[in-house]
Amino acid sequence: MARINLDVNGKVQTIDADPDMPLLYALRNDLGLNNPHFGCGLAQCGACTVHVDGQAVRSCVTPVSAVGNSKVVTLAGLGTPEKPHPIQKAYVEEQVPQCGYCINGWIMTAASLLNQKKKPSDAEIKDALTGLKCRCGTHMSILRAVKRASAMMG
Amino acid sequence: MTRQEKAAQFSRRAMLKTGGALVVSIGMPVALDTVLGLGRAFAQDATAVATKPPLMPDQLSSFIAVNADGTVSAFFGKMDMGHGLFVAIGQMVAEELDVPFKAVTVFMGDTATSVNQGGASGSTGIQFGGKQMRMAAAEARRVLVEMAATKLGLPADQLAVTDGVVHAKNDASKKASYGELIGGRYFNVQLDWNKQWGNTLYAPGKAKPKDPKDYKIVGQPIHREDVAPKVYAQEDFCTDIKVPGMVHGRMLRPAVAGAVPVKVDESSIKNIPGARVVLDKGFLGVVADKEWDAIKAAQQLKVEWSDAKPPFPESAALYDHIRKAPVRKREVDNKQTGNVDEAFKTAARVIEAEYEWPFQSHACMGPACAVVEIKDGNVTCWTGSQKSHFVQEGIALSLGIPKEKVHAIWVTGPGSYGRSDADDAAADAAILAKAVGKPVRVQYTRDQATGWDPKGPASIHRARAAIDAAGNVIAYEFTSKGFSRIDVNTNGGKPWDTLAGQFMGVELKPGDGFGVPAESYQFANKRLAWETIPPLLDRASPLRGAHLRDPVGPQIHFASESFMDEVAAALNLDPIEFRLRHVKDPRDIAVIKAAAEKAAWQSRPSPRKDQAGSKVSGRGIAYSQRNGTRVAIVAEVDIDRSSGKIFARKFTVAHDCGQIINPDGLKYAIEGNIVQGVSRTLWEEVKFDGKNVTTVDWMTYPILDITETPEAIDVVLIDHPEIAPTGAGEPSIRPVAAAIANAIFDATGVRIRRVPFSPDRVKQALS
Repeated sequence: MARINLDVNGKVQTIDADPDMPLLYALRNDLGLNNPHFGCGLAQCGACTVHVDGQAVRSCVTPVSAVGNSKVVTLAGLGTPEKPHPIQKAYVEEQVPQCGYCINGWIMTAASLLNQKKKPSDAEIKDALTGLKCRCGTHMSILRAVKRASAMMG
Repeated sequence: MTRQEKAAQFSRRAMLKTGGALVVSIGMPVALDTVLGLGRAFAQDATAVATKPPLMPDQLSSFIAVNADGTVSAFFGKMDMGHGLFVAIGQMVAEELDVPFKAVTVFMGDTATSVNQGGASGSTGIQFGGKQMRMAAAEARRVLVEMAATKLGLPADQLAVTDGVVHAKNDASKKASYGELIGGRYFNVQLDWNKQWGNTLYAPGKAKPKDPKDYKIVGQPIHREDVAPKVYAQEDFCTDIKVPGMVHGRMLRPAVAGAVPVKVDESSIKNIPGARVVLDKGFLGVVADKEWDAIKAAQQLKVEWSDAKPPFPESAALYDHIRKAPVRKREVDNKQTGNVDEAFKTAARVIEAEYEWPFQSHACMGPACAVVEIKDGNVTCWTGSQKSHFVQEGIALSLGIPKEKVHAIWVTGPGSYGRSDADDAAADAAILAKAVGKPVRVQYTRDQATGWDPKGPASIHRARAAIDAAGNVIAYEFTSKGFSRIDVNTNGGKPWDTLAGQFMGVELKPGDGFGVPAESYQFANKRLAWETIPPLLDRASPLRGAHLRDPVGPQIHFASESFMDEVAAALNLDPIEFRLRHVKDPRDIAVIKAAAEKAAWQSRPSPRKDQAGSKVSGRGIAYSQRNGTRVAIVAEVDIDRSSGKIFARKFTVAHDCGQIINPDGLKYAIEGNIVQGVSRTLWEEVKFDGKNVTTVDWMTYPILDITETPEAIDVVLIDHPEIAPTGAGEPSIRPVAAAIANAIFDATGVRIRRVPFSPDRVKQALS
């Protein structure tokens, strides 16, 4: 066990944890954030995605001790109904999720893409999102939402 | 406030309703009486009471309540699996009650507040569940108007209702609101219950529902209000439920299916805080105080398993196994016509084909999870199962306690497409919680979720058509042979239908079920039949046949609608022209024509013969019915002959499910069905070796990637307000595989008769 400082959603908190424990469990259990989700534990689906210094990262395979002083942002920290990230606003307007368990992956990855490039091409959007999983088959509306968010970003 | 309220939100609402007097933590159940047992100052009479009548289907109060503020609570014994069912139910209830849509809150799948309407089941949310809620709401309106008539001293037929206020038709100042009439008290009104539970439960009152021409809310495109809470990380899934004192559980499954633990070395996990083993015959789990510790304990525990004989053939031998296996049950569809065997003897020509469909996994986004707390002999289970009322029964049976002692609360799970692993997780959590005397949260691992979930059954399908000398189809026979769709039942209501029960050695009671094509082809001699074979392993099997979205529909109609195309091609006819010659149902004809028109279908036989080179394109049609709903799909597909890669580029879907409640939700439901259908057709196949399933994650069990998303899904909705609504949760996945197969044939002249159409298989077929 080790004492580890984590900067999550703009707040630094200290936890006692096994250094090898994936960040996902620190976020969900030690810090009480109900997002992200456990999907595979293998970095194959994206349900656990968070931003680490702005990059979309799979928290299920990221040891909590590897985070260091990096800034972690979860879906809850990306935006709020009052101050949404454009991809969140677009997700609501396009009514994307069905079960909704996968959305951390899509939203955090798309947000990371759009933050770096406001007007990605269709191919760039798909390249950025490839490998993420949605079992309900909301692919069509995911792509509509990313394009809508891109349009909102001016 | 979202309009879909579940356990986690329930407590927040309770606090609001009672002015903050209640202090409960999120996730704690609150008795309905706390929420609605208000307004005791009202005089009791025959129609309104302060004490809740029993939660039985013959009571109006079991479905509808008017709160003190005039808002309406609808208590629904089914639940939403992501298609926005609660929006449609809210629309139907608001419509009949003449209250604003936003005045209705739908509570779903909580055994303390709803009766067993069958859970999410067979796309019957609106067809059966909505029908009941509509009748209950209509009866509530009738009773409220009667109450207003007494209060206002006016005949009921001179009253109208506007936004929850009953008023004189000719004098709006003479009025009484629903809140004034009954708010905070319960209806004490008897319904005419048919004594059925589940999907077939029906309990109308005396009221007749509205004429569809008067609808103001039904038929409107209304968005889901649960999307924003999900997008802003404000909504809990069943995986997020936490209760005080909760520990974490993980299950252990054998590497060789059929093996049981013979020696478990608990000392191998003694260094992990709070780690304990729970062992009961073949049931083996661990718990620990912290989730990561439970995961480590499950990995670290030393277990010696029995030397089980590998129970399976290699998956390459699956279809030979099915062909040779003894038939356990055969059933011929009762719509058989003519004398098929005699007709085939007179045929000038016989067209025959056989099709194959693999086992497929639910492969939900998240492995199943459940939380069980046992306190003073009362059990509470938070579950993502789409049949929480059956989870209640299953837990009661496995713990040997009365059903009334178990409270099952449905909370959105990580996806649900039928009898998934959710029901197994609930049973496991109950047994772990009882064993350790603490609340337990159990979640499976990915390899358990994809490897050990109940599977959509594998099957073969034989079709043959007899053609006379003039080129007419004089006989048609279609027979499916496969594993049963109910090796385990559609719910976890009995211990023998859960992994826990099977590992613990309960007596098995497998069922036999499959199905026949649902269409209206008329041939003088026609026979549709199915045959089931025994499971490969009779208990605790990773290849248990069960319900997966549109149970056995995709496999049957892949075969039957591919075959219709084969016959059309053999007769050198356009595939739609051939279908329209034989399809007899007018609504079937209408969906086929609507899809063809929207897709700008050009009449010609398949295959097309005007393409050269490695990249070719084709179009295909397929159609089917499903419990009253009709769907026709035109697929437009690109094939790269050199790589074998299929791009399912465009779909045109004509959909008739009778009366449309919410066209917005319907379109999203159809899109999801098409995309999941493409995934199942192009990629999905459970593989196994002799010992176990080997497709256990997203690499070995791939699904459709975002880069493979169709360019367009055009949906044509055919609305029949005069026809009772049927389902939309599954029918449109049904014809997807055949539409793609037929498009591949159109493009290449090659018929692929085995799913999935993976690049290797397509390349091989085309070479």
